[in-house]
Parts: sequence; structure tokens; C-alpha cells
Amino acid sequence: MNKRVVVTGLGVAAPNGVGIPAFTEAIKTGTSGIRHIAELAALQFSCQIAGKPEVPESVQLQYLDPLELRNFNSNGILYGLIAGMDAWKDAQLPAGADVPPDWDSGTIFGAGSAGVDKLREAIYKVDDMQVRRLGSTVVPQTMASGISAWLGGKLALANQVTTNSSACATGAESVLMAYDRIRYGHAERILAGSTSDAGPYIWGGFDGLKVCTFKHNDNPAAGSRPMSASASGFVPGSGAGALVLESLDSALERGATIYAEVLGGHMNSGAQRGDGSMTAPNSTAVQRCIREAIKAAGVTPGEIDAINGHLTATGKDALEIENWSIALGRKGKEFPYINALKCMIGHCLSGSGSIELVAAVLQLHEGFLFPNINCEDLHPDIAAIIDPEKIPQQLLYKDLNLIAKASFGFGDVNACVILKKYK
Amino acid sequence: MDKETLIAQLKEIVKPYAKNEEGLLNINENTDFVNDLKINSANLVDVILDVEEQFNIVIDNESMERMLDVRSAMEIIEAKLAAK
Repeated sequence: MNKRVVVTGLGVAAPNGVGIPAFTEAIKTGTSGIRHIAELAALQFSCQIAGKPEVPESVQLQYLDPLELRNFNSNGILYGLIAGMDAWKDAQLPAGADVPPDWDSGTIFGAGSAGVDKLREAIYKVDDMQVRRLGSTVVPQTMASGISAWLGGKLALANQVTTNSSACATGAESVLMAYDRIRYGHAERILAGSTSDAGPYIWGGFDGLKVCTFKHNDNPAAGSRPMSASASGFVPGSGAGALVLESLDSALERGATIYAEVLGGHMNSGAQRGDGSMTAPNSTAVQRCIREAIKAAGVTPGEIDAINGHLTATGKDALEIENWSIALGRKGKEFPYINALKCMIGHCLSGSGSIELVAAVLQLHEGFLFPNINCEDLHPDIAAIIDPEKIPQQLLYKDLNLIAKASFGFGDVNACVILKKYK
Repeated sequence: MDKETLIAQLKEIVKPYAKNEEGLLNINENTDFVNDLKINSANLVDVILDVEEQFNIVIDNESMERMLDVRSAMEIIEAKLAAK
């Protein structure tokens, strides 16, 4: 069985927009969601700016009832619920306690960690010999599969309900795993996505690794600078993106809006050999991942219209561009358009791939390229490989047919998804 | 404390967890937390923690196990209060 797979629903909780309309407007206008975070300053972080979706209690109550919100302290699950439930609703699929189990619908919803704030609360209680006072809320908010479990219950998902985890490649991986499950006929619909917690206990490790910028604490919106000569580390982010993947047959039968087709992709690892390590990518593996993705999609490198890069704003951006250029055999004016959403939302870690895939699908569906902000001083090593015109700094309306989206993660893992405009 | 007052206090405690409003409205000594109020069984531990806080008592594991309805809850609370 080799079914065609399409995207029929989108949802997002991003630092620069919660909900698809706000997010679409933000990415078109180049609006940054990066803010100064007083808590990070108080805790003496080097990087005191970050991206965090704004979700007031009134919005939380649209996704969780008052009982569920009692002792709720897991923002990653909250972001995932917003993105996932919105995507399901966008696809006009039924939700709620009265909906019977849907054996043909599941979710593969990734996370890097779960409920780290909740876990912190629990650890303090346990160490204080108060384990009996933990109550019922710790496990569902801190288990790695928490987000998929919550979504499964809200949406009556009765096919596979699981959480994948591959660092910053998590979101792209979830889409490819969902694609496979539908393609082989094991499910009709999979809610694919990923989420990342926000806050000092997630971001602290990266601050400690010295991979975040400390040079823009007084100018947050200019802090995340992918492809820029003055890029000095990534800005930590958080949030979630979600895509309803569905067999084309099912989508047509339901008369669903089809945002794009998933042609396939590839996942691999550089095995932390050669120039690859726990924290750095093996270029051979990256190039191979891109080439294999294109092969799996049944297209040629010359057909790719645009790339949605991983591009985090560390010293590795030029290397990523070089890898794309070698993998595609294209450079200069022949290189596809490329953009990096992290310029507006920072690096949303395990949530990044999904949020960026939502942006890529919107670009295909509506025919535009969102602007790359903060790279007015394009890195000379990048300008030496590709024509600067291929890195739009203003919103560009353009009919696009094929977008390649790649995400790379710690552990030397890679994932590349090929998306096509549905015609 | 008279029974009516105790039941009224228990009613307030279980209110956030009770999924059956009618059961909550008619709460009495015979009300079963799970069957009549449709409280999720996982939330029973939360009810017990809220009871402990409200009455400033500590409910041991054996008492917790049998605190499944209003009658047993009242017995346990009264016994713990008397032992204070």
C-alpha cells in the first residue's frame, strides 16, 4: 500500500503568535516574538531574552477545564494542546468527551522533555519527605508521553498515540513517522506535531553550554540572527506546532481543505563520527539526509523552490548553507529561496520543527515567503555560496510548488521533509 | 461538628472534582464518590489531600483506602479530629 498523504489541519502556539491567523500575520510582517525575560535576568543567565507563547488564563480555559487547570504547571503540554486541538478543529474533525473512539485517528506528538516546572515542584516535595502530598497531577504532567496522552483524550484518538523525541529534529520526525503510518494504511489520520516547555530549567542547560547569545539582552527583537555576520548564538524559544496528516482518500471523501501534500522525506544520523558529535552535525549525514529525502519524494533537486532551513544563528549557519548547496548541486542564483523562522521566534528546541513546518505549509498554501529579519549583514561565507536575492528580507508573494524543510538535532540526528503544493 | 455542617464542608471539597452535578446537589451520607459523583478515581487522592488541609488532620494509608464515600469520610474525619 502506498497512499498519498496530505495536510488538512494546522495549529500553532508560537512566541510571535498563538493560533494560525495571528501567527500567519506575524510571520508575514516579520514580527519578532523574542522578549526580555526578567526571570532569566534575576537568575543571572547570560542570555536573558527568549521566545515564549503568550497564553493568558482566558485562553487556557478554552483547552483545559478548571479541574484540569488545578495544579497544572506544564507549559509544554499547554502549548501542545493549543496547537493540536486547533489543528484538529481546523481540519473540521470532531472532538470532546461525547465523541466515541476513532480507531483510524492517532497522534505522534513529540517533546524534548515534559513538565519540567511540574517535575521541579515534585522533586522539592519528595526531598522534603512530602511524597504523600504530591496528589494525582504529577505523572500525567511529567511523563514523556504526556502531550500525546492529553491530546488522545481530548480528541478521542484511538489509533497509535505516542510521543517521539529526537532533540531539535523532533517535529520533522513526527511528520515523517505520521506520513509512514498513513502511507502504509495503518491509520487514516495522524495528528503530527511537537512541543517544547518554556522556562529557565529548559533553557539553563543551553545557557550553560554557551550556545545562546548574550549580546542582545537590551534589544531582544534583534537578538535572533540566522545567517547574519553578527550571529552570536541562538535565542532559546518554546511552543508547539501541529499538522493533521490524512490520507488523500479520506481528505477528499470529507471534502477537507488540503493545505499541502507530504511527498515524503528522510531521517538519519551522522553517528557522531567524523565532524559529527553529540552537539555538532556530521556534514556527510546532513547532505545524505537531504538527497535521500528528495529521492524518496520522487522529485529532483532542481525542482525545489524554497528551503525552510534549520539555521539557528550559531556559527554553523554557513556550514548548513554549504551542505544544502552540495546536496542539491545548486549555488549562486540557481540556489532555491531560503528562509529561517528562528529569526522571529528563536530556537523552539523540540517544538521548532513543527512550528517551522506549519510556516512552510502556510507558505505553500498561500504562496509567499516570509521575510528573514536580522540578516541585513548577511554572513560573507553565505553570500559566497548563494545569491543574496535568494534570502528574501521582505515579504515575497510567490507561487511555490516544492519546499524542503530540514531540522537537525543534538545526537547528530537529521530529518528532511518534502512538501508540495496540492493541485 | 454536626453532620449537616460536615456534609456541607465535604460538598465544597469535592465540588471541583465531581462530574455529576445532580449527585453533588443531592449529596448525603450514602453518596459514593466515584459512582454517584463521577469523580475520576485518580482524583480521590486529591480529595483526601484537600480534606487533610481543610481539617488540619493527617489521614493514614489504611483510612485512605476506605475513604470512598461520604459516610466513611465523615467517620474518618471525626475520628481524626477526636484524636487530636
